[in-house]
Amino acid sequence: MTPDRIIVTALVLALIVFIVWFFWMKKDKGTRASQTSTGHQEVMILVKGGYTPDVIVVEKDRPVRLNFRREETASCSEMVLLPDFEQSARLPAGETVAVEFVPREAGEFEFACQMGMIRGKLIVE
Amino acid sequence: MATLSLSIDGMVCMHCTKRVQVALRRQPGVSRARVNLMENLAMIDYDPEQIGTKDLLGAVREEGFKPGPAKLRMAIKGLRCASCVTQVETALTRTPGVVSAALNVATSQVDIEYQPGEVSLHELGQAVADSGYELVPPVEASEESVDRHASEQEREYRGLMRKFWFAAIISIPVMFFSYPDFIPGLREWMPMGSDNRRIVWGLLGLVTLPVLAWSGSQFYTGMWAALKHRTANMHTLIASGITAAFVYSAVAVLFPQWFPTQALAEAFWDVSTVVVALVVLGMALEVKAKGKTSEAIKKLIGLQAKTARVIRDGNELDIPVEEVVVGDKVVVRPGDKIPVDGVVVSGSSSLDESMITGESIPVEKRPGDEVIGATINKTGSFTFEATRVGKDTALANIIRMVQDAQGSKAPIQRVVDQVAAYFVPTVMILGLLAFIVWYNVGPEPRIVFSIIVLVTTLIIACPCALGLATPTSLTVGIGKGAENGILIRSGDALQTAKRLNAIVLDKTGTITKGEPALTDVISRGQVAEDKLLALTAALEKGSEHPLGEAIVRGAEDRQLTLATAVDFAAIPGHGVYGRVDGHELLLGNQKLLQDRGIDSTDLTTDWERLAADGKTPMYVAIDGQAAGLIAVADTVKGDSVDAIKALKAMGLEVVMMTGDNERTANAIARRVGIERVLADVLPQEKAHEIKKLQLEGRVVAMVGDGINDAPALAQADVGMAIGTGTDVAIEASDITLIKGSLTGVVTAMQISRATMRNVYQNLFGAFIYNVLGVPVAMGVLYPFTGLLLSPLIAAAAMAFSSVTVVTNANRLRYFKPKGGAA
Repeated sequence: MTPDRIIVTALVLALIVFIVWFFWMKKDKGTRASQTSTGHQEVMILVKGGYTPDVIVVEKDRPVRLNFRREETASCSEMVLLPDFEQSARLPAGETVAVEFVPREAGEFEFACQMGMIRGKLIVE
Repeated sequence: MATLSLSIDGMVCMHCTKRVQVALRRQPGVSRARVNLMENLAMIDYDPEQIGTKDLLGAVREEGFKPGPAKLRMAIKGLRCASCVTQVETALTRTPGVVSAALNVATSQVDIEYQPGEVSLHELGQAVADSGYELVPPVEASEESVDRHASEQEREYRGLMRKFWFAAIISIPVMFFSYPDFIPGLREWMPMGSDNRRIVWGLLGLVTLPVLAWSGSQFYTGMWAALKHRTANMHTLIASGITAAFVYSAVAVLFPQWFPTQALAEAFWDVSTVVVALVVLGMALEVKAKGKTSEAIKKLIGLQAKTARVIRDGNELDIPVEEVVVGDKVVVRPGDKIPVDGVVVSGSSSLDESMITGESIPVEKRPGDEVIGATINKTGSFTFEATRVGKDTALANIIRMVQDAQGSKAPIQRVVDQVAAYFVPTVMILGLLAFIVWYNVGPEPRIVFSIIVLVTTLIIACPCALGLATPTSLTVGIGKGAENGILIRSGDALQTAKRLNAIVLDKTGTITKGEPALTDVISRGQVAEDKLLALTAALEKGSEHPLGEAIVRGAEDRQLTLATAVDFAAIPGHGVYGRVDGHELLLGNQKLLQDRGIDSTDLTTDWERLAADGKTPMYVAIDGQAAGLIAVADTVKGDSVDAIKALKAMGLEVVMMTGDNERTANAIARRVGIERVLADVLPQEKAHEIKKLQLEGRVVAMVGDGINDAPALAQADVGMAIGTGTDVAIEASDITLIKGSLTGVVTAMQISRATMRNVYQNLFGAFIYNVLGVPVAMGVLYPFTGLLLSPLIAAAAMAFSSVTVVTNANRLRYFKPKGGAA
């Protein structure tokens, strides 16, 4: 092998390792929902290329209110689905839409756009 | 000074009115309070500056009575800060007639409790406007939101098309000058390695930049947004692909000395511009096509009436439909659209309900009948009382259910989601691996091949086609169902419906009409049949027994004139007795005749034959002589036989379940062609019977009414509730058939099958596309056939694969229910 081959191969392999680490090895402790006077656990979620925050921690058996605010027009993110809670909502751009439900079981539940390309996680404790 | 009239529940005596009156008068700011016991109304004159409606209601509540307010949810526009909340709330609660107002800043929605009739929407809007904001109808399923949605889509489409044209126009000179070696004249003017070539290519690089920066901007912003979440999407692939091509070209033009030979220092700007142009075009076409998938819901929303003609204070007023409140008397003229749900109070007409139920035959309406908002009045004029308005109407429920269902996921998509999560990084890794292989063992110029293979791989992979496959088909399929009067609750129900192999039909109300009708009149000969029927019907005219009503209706259908019965008497357990036109009449069972010594033995054979058919025969005796038999039975709905035949043809085992005895059940089953009958099933056992069928390994659908059969519907893999017009939001069911007939079941099955077939086609196409496309782009065919894809072809393939998926889903729009009586 010529030196250029060795260098290029090593660099590209390093890039692959980086991709694996970057996309698949992430750990996120999540954002804990805040309490409102009405007893809801409330979180504001920005929808723009993804959900910010995308890992949300809530308590079991207490009502949850997720306020989604979509600030983009790409049609990808126009629906948000929480299949485990049988909830879904259409998110018009520039508006805040509340999704309310009561988690009855502890565990990790995904929420995602209709195509499943952007996703978030709800951790119920 | 303002006046409030308050409806108050629970006032039963003069003493109560006194208490309310005194309590109200004691409030500060109240100058006069009169309470009317007959109308359950309190009329209060008060100063809104000193006391709010809420305190007035509080005073009434404290005395133990219930004032009856109505609720309304509206949106507030222009809300920016949390401090605005109190402003808006105060402005609303100060308005006479408003009980309470609670504003949610996050959603900008306000819940208003108000006294119906006291405050109009206009006044509420005025109050909010005075505090500097704007009150608008809530976004939920209103026409405005659909319009806005459509215009949003239109804007996105036009924006993308502008970006496409820009990229396409720039691409033409870029393509032309990128291949000078193939163009005579140009070849001589800018030969390989010449200064001319370097200058032209440098200029091309400059014009390429705005294409990436503007036409391709969404790829970079999309990639960046995803990277912040450490995720990757289609934008990541396209952005890295076009960037790789651009950077390589820039290096080749600026630093040709880095390359071993001049021939290698070749720029391919065209890859960047053409890929951007094609992918953006694909996105634009996709937006356009996706707009069509929600056509059904747009049609439904467009059905809403805009105005209503109501009677207020004795005058007919045309008011916006949003202002109609429960209890309003609404006047409907021929050709009018029914504005809200209600019950006819006077007049009669026939209504075209096809837009809601899918049933094309007009339905007769008389006082006491329900009318559904959005249906069309055909012939007569009538007045009805509004029972459900706003978001409670059948139409609003249908729209909400369809929207929810369209947003739901079919189980199959969970698999797709898993794939999608790993898809993009996997493609990036595959592209890089291909790069290494081509760089190490590929033919010269190795660097050029490696870059092209990497870029092609990144660009050809299309996660969008995978992601779009299921939701677009579901949206179209569920919308199509709604157009045919079939409400499918979720993608789950749709997918399960396709796997069904047994269907259990409730007898009463599902296969049959659920109400008895006259079937046979048999005379022994002394009296003509019509006369026999006329006399019996006259006897039963005052009867409230369903069998009696059936006989009267039967006589009316034959246009017989009925005399008046005298000396009518019911003999419990036996039948009835009376005198009509001077004849002495007996109607009942054999015992009734026997007890009076009347011989009826020669009617026994006929009686048994009718009973074996599942009918209820009754003996008639006139003037002490057995005269004949009259039989009534629950009749089979007109389309049941055809529908059951169609279900069998679909390969389903059809089972009938009923609480009736076996003889009646078998008689009906024979008539409609059902072999397997579960008779004598107690209501609470129905769910258990379904469970037993499931244990036999069957995937079972249950069809029944939503109330009595709720547990069985819930137990079944797919529960289908037969609705009757307005009660569409039947909780226990997975599928609701608005039109109360079995043809709907057949159509629902057809829609489910067509939709799922479409989903599988899409998924198959998208999988195959990626599974074949990615390796070919990586160059696996090159060692054998010398085939290597151009990045331009890859871009075209990628752009049109997602358009193809959406277009295929749109084919479902042309679905027409086959067969049956529909």
